[in-house]
Amino acid sequence: MTAATELMNIAIFVAFVTLALGQILSMVRLVLGPTSGDRILALDTMVINALGLVVLLGIYQGVQIYFEVSLLIAMLGFVSTVALARFKLRGDIIE
Amino acid sequence: MSLFIIVALPFLGALLPGLMNSAGRAATAGVTFAISLAAFVGLLTNLPTVLAGEVVMARVDWMPLLGLNFSLMLDGLGFFFALLILGIGLLIIAYARHYLSRDDNMGQFFTYLLLFQGAMVGIVLSNNILLLLVFWELTSLSSFLLIGYWKHLPEGRQGARMALTVTGMGGLAMIGGMLILGEIVGSYDLSVILQNRDAIQADPLYVPALLLILLGCFTKSAQFPFHFWLPHAMAAPTPVSAYLHSATMVKAGIFLMARMWPVLSGTPEWFTIIMTVGLITMVLGAVIALFKHDLKALLAFSTVSHLGLITMLLGTGTAFGAMAAVFHILNHATFKAALFMSAGIIDHEAHTRDIRRLGGLRKLMPVTFVIASLAALSMAGIPLLNGFLSKEMMLEEANHTVLFNSPWLVPALATFGSLFSAAYCFRLIGHVFFGPVRDDYPAKPHDPGSGLWLPPAILVVFVVLIGVAPFMAEPFVKLVTASLLGDAAEVPKAYFKIWHGLVPALYMSLIAVVGGLLMLLIFKPSLRLWDKAPRPEAKVIFEAIVEGVVRLARALILPLHNGAFTRYAAIGAVVFVVAGYHAWTTGTVGATTRTLQAVNFVSIAGWMMLVAATVGMVLMHRNRLLSLILIGIVGLMVSIGFVYFSAPDLAMTQFTVEVVTIILLLLALNFLPNTTPIESSILRRVRDAGVAVIGGLATFALSYHYILRDAVSAPISEFHVANSYKGGGGTNVVNVILVDFRGFDTYGEIIVLGIAALLIYALTESLLSGPVRARLLNRKPDQARAGDKHPMMMVVMTRVIMPVVLMVGFYIFLRGHNEPGGGFIAGLIVSIGVVMQYMASGFGWASARLRYPYHGVIGAGVLIAGLTGIGSWFVSKPFLTSDFTYVRIPPFEKFELATAALFDLGVFLAVVGAVMLSLESFSRLARLAQEPSDDEPMDIDPSRDDLPTSLASSEKEGV
Repeated sequence: MTAATELMNIAIFVAFVTLALGQILSMVRLVLGPTSGDRILALDTMVINALGLVVLLGIYQGVQIYFEVSLLIAMLGFVSTVALARFKLRGDIIE
Repeated sequence: MSLFIIVALPFLGALLPGLMNSAGRAATAGVTFAISLAAFVGLLTNLPTVLAGEVVMARVDWMPLLGLNFSLMLDGLGFFFALLILGIGLLIIAYARHYLSRDDNMGQFFTYLLLFQGAMVGIVLSNNILLLLVFWELTSLSSFLLIGYWKHLPEGRQGARMALTVTGMGGLAMIGGMLILGEIVGSYDLSVILQNRDAIQADPLYVPALLLILLGCFTKSAQFPFHFWLPHAMAAPTPVSAYLHSATMVKAGIFLMARMWPVLSGTPEWFTIIMTVGLITMVLGAVIALFKHDLKALLAFSTVSHLGLITMLLGTGTAFGAMAAVFHILNHATFKAALFMSAGIIDHEAHTRDIRRLGGLRKLMPVTFVIASLAALSMAGIPLLNGFLSKEMMLEEANHTVLFNSPWLVPALATFGSLFSAAYCFRLIGHVFFGPVRDDYPAKPHDPGSGLWLPPAILVVFVVLIGVAPFMAEPFVKLVTASLLGDAAEVPKAYFKIWHGLVPALYMSLIAVVGGLLMLLIFKPSLRLWDKAPRPEAKVIFEAIVEGVVRLARALILPLHNGAFTRYAAIGAVVFVVAGYHAWTTGTVGATTRTLQAVNFVSIAGWMMLVAATVGMVLMHRNRLLSLILIGIVGLMVSIGFVYFSAPDLAMTQFTVEVVTIILLLLALNFLPNTTPIESSILRRVRDAGVAVIGGLATFALSYHYILRDAVSAPISEFHVANSYKGGGGTNVVNVILVDFRGFDTYGEIIVLGIAALLIYALTESLLSGPVRARLLNRKPDQARAGDKHPMMMVVMTRVIMPVVLMVGFYIFLRGHNEPGGGFIAGLIVSIGVVMQYMASGFGWASARLRYPYHGVIGAGVLIAGLTGIGSWFVSKPFLTSDFTYVRIPPFEKFELATAALFDLGVFLAVVGAVMLSLESFSRLARLAQEPSDDEPMDIDPSRDDLPTSLASSEKEGV
């Protein structure tokens, strides 16, 4: 095993742990709140972290078929956040 | 003419009268007449073959595996009935043209009539008993429409409902009987069944089959105790009564008994059941008919009585009885149709059918008088008219019939019935036409135009002709009898004569006629007696039974089906757990074949979040927005899970569906309180929690069980993987399954999806016109609202990302066949891209830029998918057979073209349309509550100098 792959494995492991911790901490924030704004932001953070997890999984397994999933999450993940935020601000999300 | 065309003509023609409605009444009736005439002539072209004693057959396999084939047969019996149906149908159409008033929708009437006619012709020409059942039910349905034609009359609706209930239930019973019969013989073809008399009668299931089939016949032919629906069906327009109750509907049961005569008759069960029922019906109908004051009710009960007579003749099981039955069917059809039409004329001209208000019409309506009197005298059994001949034959047959070991029972009852039959005929003539001319008719009666009296007159010509010269009808009747009897018996040698010598039947006839005259003399005292006698009222009993059944059904259903989802979920969960526990304890459990995979830190983290979100959901579900956010987490983690288990297709679908769901639920939440109130008692919540925990544990146990074991049989997925590229031309198995292997399922699913979206649209539309409208108009937001409706940043961002989203959607769509993606996901992606514009710039702005309505998009999708499927018919392949090829257009690489991609396009369009239509429908609700949204894309637009109207007005108010 070369030093490069060794380093890569360590990097992936660290990244996984970091993202997973990020998810758990976001979850804590989401449960604690206290305002809806905090919770919506927590959800948004979780979407971003999930995106990272998918990409990492692709790198880890060395396959490309997860790319479109991460593309979709990246492109459309903000829509639910926006919808939730609009709901808080205006009540009616399509007006 | 082919039998198919004869049967199909009325059905196809039924489209025309409705379309011709605006062309005028004469044109509508004319086209109906022409259609019937074409079928009639087509039938006659087959006459030479039938006369030669041959059977015309036509056959197309429909569902051969079920034994259901579109197989038609025209023999003497079928020809006879078809002749009556089409011939009298022609007269009825001509009569109805003049009978219906200008207020009646004539196109609708003739459409129903032709549907009914087609169904009747189908019954008598069917060579397959399953096909016969189909037509049988069609007559029940179309007669329902005809009887209830005058929808404004409650009697019409009730009568139609009663007829449908009784004949429909009989039809259900008959399905059972026919299936048993088909099982015994091993074929559902009538021509085969008719050859298997001995096998059927020796089978232990013969009696149940007979009982079920007879139940169908008796309900249809209004035999006791099911006779009560027929008089109530008299609320129909008179042409309908004349048609249904002389030659068609009620003769269907008779026809079937005649059709089945060769295989079912001759047993003691057949004899006893049919003789008893027929005799009771005949006597009961005749007695009740005498005391009815409504002309049509009198005729209705006389029809019941005569049907009983024919039934009884078929029940004797002798060849002579069968011949008499055939002859009486012919005679009854002629004089009864003429009588009904005469009753219609009297109703039409005098504006009443009440015999007590009529009398003396002989001088005022001489033509009608002659027609009705001849027909009535024939019904009474007066010599030189056709009714006399068949009645003589009936009495002759009755004289030889021994029922319940009593040689006098049948002759005595037959004479008794004939006596009352003669009596009501004499009453009809005497009380309606004779007596003094009155001056209190509701309208001044006079003879109608020839359009009304000519059809019955033609029938009366036959009445007299057959009556005077019976030898003219003899060969035809014998031919029909021969085909009725089949191989079971020889046609009797007896000749049709007016004078048979001084035989017992003549004395019985004499007693009946003289007795009938005497009955008329003592009518007034006997009517008083009749009125005093207590009688069960059929309609009341029927309504009570229906009421009772409805109560029973409610008592059974309502506790289970109370409209609360929690109850269904609880019942379902408990049932599944109990059934699963039963299977677990009684079945054998295979050994484990797999081991658990090792878990790593990341999957534990994901699992913890799923658990946390679920537990949080349980604890905080009363805060609706919070629970929606938690649902979002669950969805997100599930998509990650799909990725983790190498199912990117599912992950993409899950994620996009999640986004759409959140938008949809937020739109709905706008109209709901922020928190769910506590409504149920603590005990109930504990119970529900118990059910939920048990259900959850059971699900866990089941999943754990299957994680450790392979499936018992080889999974189908191996077939799909092996054939996906070979057979479907795609390497993405998921997509090939969706659009190719299970394309038909997908086709059904997109239709359901479209229907669901249209339903949401319809429901929200109807909400807007209901009482909810006022509440929506007065709705006030429950908390302070932020000021910017259409923030500039959001508008710009959604606008910029839109082409990217569309391009990704297109890309995902195209690659679907070989890589993760496809029409469904692409549809969701594009929908989200469009919804973003709605959210950013508002409903008004976005819908103003909408070029195609979403309904149309759904329809186009379903159409494209359907046409792709149909396309394979043109190369003689089954529906939805796919094909693919590889093409190479320089400078591109070789790529694949598959018909499945077209189908996928249909899926794509249907998904876009359905998602957008449901979202749009929900947001439409909120439109009412606000001032009309302006047409500006954003609140603050640097490229615009003036303020938008909404801001300008609020600024003014602020001053």
